[in-house]
Amino acid sequence: MKTLKELEEIRQRTLEEVNLRKDRKGTRVVVGMGTCGISAGARPVLLAFVEEIKKRNLQHVTVTQTGCAGVCRLEPMVDVYMPDQEKVTYVNMTPEKVKRVVAEHLVNGQVVKEFTIGAVEKKD
Amino acid sequence: MQDLSLHLLDLVQNSITANASLIEISIEEDKKEDWLNIVVEDNGKGMDKETMEKAVDPFYTTRTTRKVGLGLPLFKATAQRCGGDLKIQSTVGQGTRIQIGLKLSHIDRPPFGKIEDTIVSLILCNDEIDFVYSHKTNYGEFILDTREVRKVIGELPINNVEVITWIQSYIREGLNEINGGVL
Repeated sequence: MKTLKELEEIRQRTLEEVNLRKDRKGTRVVVGMGTCGISAGARPVLLAFVEEIKKRNLQHVTVTQTGCAGVCRLEPMVDVYMPDQEKVTYVNMTPEKVKRVVAEHLVNGQVVKEFTIGAVEKKD
Repeated sequence: MQDLSLHLLDLVQNSITANASLIEISIEEDKKEDWLNIVVEDNGKGMDKETMEKAVDPFYTTRTTRKVGLGLPLFKATAQRCGGDLKIQSTVGQGTRIQIGLKLSHIDRPPFGKIEDTIVSLILCNDEIDFVYSHKTNYGEFILDTREVRKVIGELPINNVEVITWIQSYIREGLNEINGGVL
């Protein structure tokens, strides 16, 4: 059973790591959570990011949400903002695709071009 | 929407857009009365009477990116399909209360889905908002109050992935308990 004591332990364990990395510029992952995004599967995509970030202990990455961007047919959409880089928009995302985006883009800095809005729109 | 937890996630987006700082989500399953009550109450900016009436119209939205607003109408349709309804109470400057009631055993009632995923998604993306989630069944009650969580974690942000994962399992176990082990 989960207890508040466990939460207290998480606090002590994690706080040191958070403080260590405070000076690093952060990466922001923004998931579209409008009605269109949610019904297309934005929630599992969002939580897949959380899982991958936890697995790889990426303390400098924050995950957040936005509303509908107006291109509902391409949801779930994810924007990645990395310091000193242009925004990258991924479309038709799935938890499987998230694994690659985290490994290749967030960790190694290589944009997964085939999932981006530019590549997908050209194909259509 | 595939399940009630997704409807709920969608519904609460309205409270977030209304700049609420406290959002209370209450779910009550009454097997004896065969009724399910879902209430979302926020302290956001509220709506006037005119907006409130238009809110369930699928062709009304305050957004500028598109012309439709489907969150409330979809949830209302689901409730009505299951012998219930969705009601809105709102006061400008004070907040909004949405109440959904429906027949628990209705054949068209969508499953609950992963409510713990909905709640943690909300907390993760809106760390400045406090959430109170209470869930009552005939076996007991589960309550999660992010203000209590904040007291324990102190200066550690509530959207830290370790904290989020803890909350997720905490809710899952809590719900399991009040469902007598069956979800």
